Amino acid sequence: MKIVVCIKQVPDTKGGVKFNPDGTLDRGAMLAIMNPDDKAGLEAALRIKDETGAEVTVLTMGLPKAADVLREAIAMGADKGILVTDRVLGGADTWATSTTIAGALRNIDYDLIITGRQAIDGDTAQVGPQIAEHLGLPVISYAKEIKVDGDKVVVKRMYDDRHHVLEAKMPCLITALSELNDPRYMTPGGIFDACEAEITTWGRADLKDVDDSNLGLNGSPTKIAKASDKVRKGAGEKVTPDSPEDAAALIVKKLKEKHVI
Amino acid sequence: MAETLNREEYKGVYVFAQQVDNEISGIAYELLGKAKELAADLDTDVTAVLIGSDVKGLVDGLAQYGADKVIVVDDPELKEYRTEPYAHALASVINEYKPEIMLVGATAIGRDLGPTVSARVATGLTADCTVLEIGDFPLVPIPGKEDQQLHKQLLMTRPAFGGNTIATIACPYNRPQMATVRPGVMQKIEPVADAKAEVIEYNPGFTPNDKYVTIKEVVKAVSDTVDIMDAKILVSGGRGVGSPENFKILEDLAEAIGGTVSCSRAVVDSGWKPRDLQVGQTGKTVRPNVYFAIGISGAIQHVAGMEESDLIIAINKDEDAPIFDVADYGIVGDLNKIVPQLTEGIKAAMAEK
Repeated sequence: MKIVVCIKQVPDTKGGVKFNPDGTLDRGAMLAIMNPDDKAGLEAALRIKDETGAEVTVLTMGLPKAADVLREAIAMGADKGILVTDRVLGGADTWATSTTIAGALRNIDYDLIITGRQAIDGDTAQVGPQIAEHLGLPVISYAKEIKVDGDKVVVKRMYDDRHHVLEAKMPCLITALSELNDPRYMTPGGIFDACEAEITTWGRADLKDVDDSNLGLNGSPTKIAKASDKVRKGAGEKVTPDSPEDAAALIVKKLKEKHVI
Repeated sequence: MAETLNREEYKGVYVFAQQVDNEISGIAYELLGKAKELAADLDTDVTAVLIGSDVKGLVDGLAQYGADKVIVVDDPELKEYRTEPYAHALASVINEYKPEIMLVGATAIGRDLGPTVSARVATGLTADCTVLEIGDFPLVPIPGKEDQQLHKQLLMTRPAFGGNTIATIACPYNRPQMATVRPGVMQKIEPVADAKAEVIEYNPGFTPNDKYVTIKEVVKAVSDTVDIMDAKILVSGGRGVGSPENFKILEDLAEAIGGTVSCSRAVVDSGWKPRDLQVGQTGKTVRPNVYFAIGISGAIQHVAGMEESDLIIAINKDEDAPIFDVADYGIVGDLNKIVPQLTEGIKAAMAEK
C-alpha cells in the first residue's frame, strides 16, 4: 500500500506575521513549523505503516526551505520526501495550490492521500478537497479516525453536531483533524535517516497535465484587494485585587453596573 | 486563470440553504439576510438552493427569510450529506443557472462542499468571510488603467494568519464569486410571515460511482446544552482551569449567573470538553452580552472568536496574558480561589433582588 501525505510548512503565527509589498505573506521572515493538522495526518499514515508496512511519501509545496518539514517527517518515520518548488508557483491561492499539488501527485502511485484539514496560516480547509476534485477522487474531510480495511478505508467524519462513519474505496483523499492522534516524536535513528535522505525536488516542468494559466499568482482566481493588520479594541481596566473576596466583589460590582445581575 | 468567461451571463445572488435532518440550519437564514443586501446593491434577486431528500416543505421558511426564488434539488440520494451527490447537485445548479455570487455557510458541511464545488466549476472561493460588500477591484484604479477597474465586484473580507490580519479578496475574472461565511457573523432579517418564493425544481440526475462514499453509521452527539452561539452569558475556560474535573467551578458559576460553559481550543485538544463548546477561529464565533475568560491566555485565534462580546471579564494569574488586551475588565489572580468566591457573590447579589 502506498500513502502520500501532503504537508505544509507554516509560519508559527504566535510570533506575528510579516508581509511582502504586494500583500502576500513574507514566509521567509517568520519561524516555520509543520502544520498541526498535517502532522496528525502524517501520524495516521505512520500508524497504518506500522500495521501494514505501507510506504509513506510526504509531499510539500513551498520555498526551498520547506524541505525542513519533509526531513522532520522522515525523522518521524516517512520513507520519502518530495518538494515542489518553483518561482512561478509563488503567490498561489487555494485553486492554484491544489492544481499544482494535483499535477505533482499525477506522477506518483498512491492508494491513499492524506492532507490536514486546514493550515494555521490560511485556515481555509480548501486545498485538500480541491486536490481530490482535480484528481477525480472521493474525499472525506474532517477525519477523526482512519482505518484501512482491504481496499477500503473506514473513516469517522466529524460534523458540528454528529459524526458519520464513512466507507470509501481507495484511492481516495482524507483530510485529517489534529485531534485524530498525538503525533510521535522524531527518533534519533530517524533524524540520522532524515539527514541522509535525498529529497526529490520538482519544479514547474515536473507537473503533469497542468496549464500555466492555473498556476501561481496569475493563475489564482482570487486576488488580494487589501491586507492589513487587524485593528483591535483597546484593553480595559486591569486590577490585581488583594484577596479572592475582593476580586469577586469587584466583578459583582461591575456586573451590577452593567445590569447583568 | 483564463479571462475568457463572459461575466455578464452570471446574475443573481445565490445561497446554499443548508439543511440537516430536513431542518434549515441557522446559517442559511443568516446568509439570506446578507444576500438580500448584496442583491439590493446589484439590483438583482436572491435565490436559495435547497438540496436534500423530501425537502420541499422547507421552501416557505426560506422565502420568509428573504429568498425570492428557491431552486429545489430533491432526490433520495441526498438524504444525508455526502460530498459527492451534494457537490454534483450544487455544481449542476451553478452551471445551469449561472449565479453571479454563491454563498455557502462555513460549517463542517460547507467547508467541504464549497471547495469541492469551486474546483468543479473552476472559480475562486474565499473562506470564512466576516464582511461581504459590493465595490470596485482594484479598490483604487491604477493610474493610466482607469478603464480596467472592475465595478460591482464582491469584496470578501476575512481574517487570515491566525487572526493577526484581515484581508479583502476579490474574484474579478471568474464566476460565480464564491464565499463561505462563518455562522453567527451575518444577521437574519425579521421573517416576513406571508412571503412566498418562486419555486424551481431541478434534478441533474444522480448515478452513484466510486466518489459516492457509503455511510455506515450516523451518530448524533447527545447534547442537551445550549448552543454557545445562542448563549447570552458564556463562562469560558482555558488550559489554566487545570483539569476536566475543575471545570465544576465554572459550571457552578454558569449556573449561578444563568450562563453556559464554553472553552478554548487547548481544552478541546486536551479532550476535556467537546468541540461544540470551543470558541475561536477553529471553533465558534460568539458575541454574548458577557464573556468570562477564565484561565484563557488569549491566543489570537481565541480572541478572533469572542472579541465582539459586549462585556469581557478575564481572570488569569499571568498579568501579561494577552487576554487582558481585549478584556473590558481584567482580574489578575488565582481562578481556583476567585471563581468560587464570585459564584457565592453572584448568588448573594441575586438573592438580594
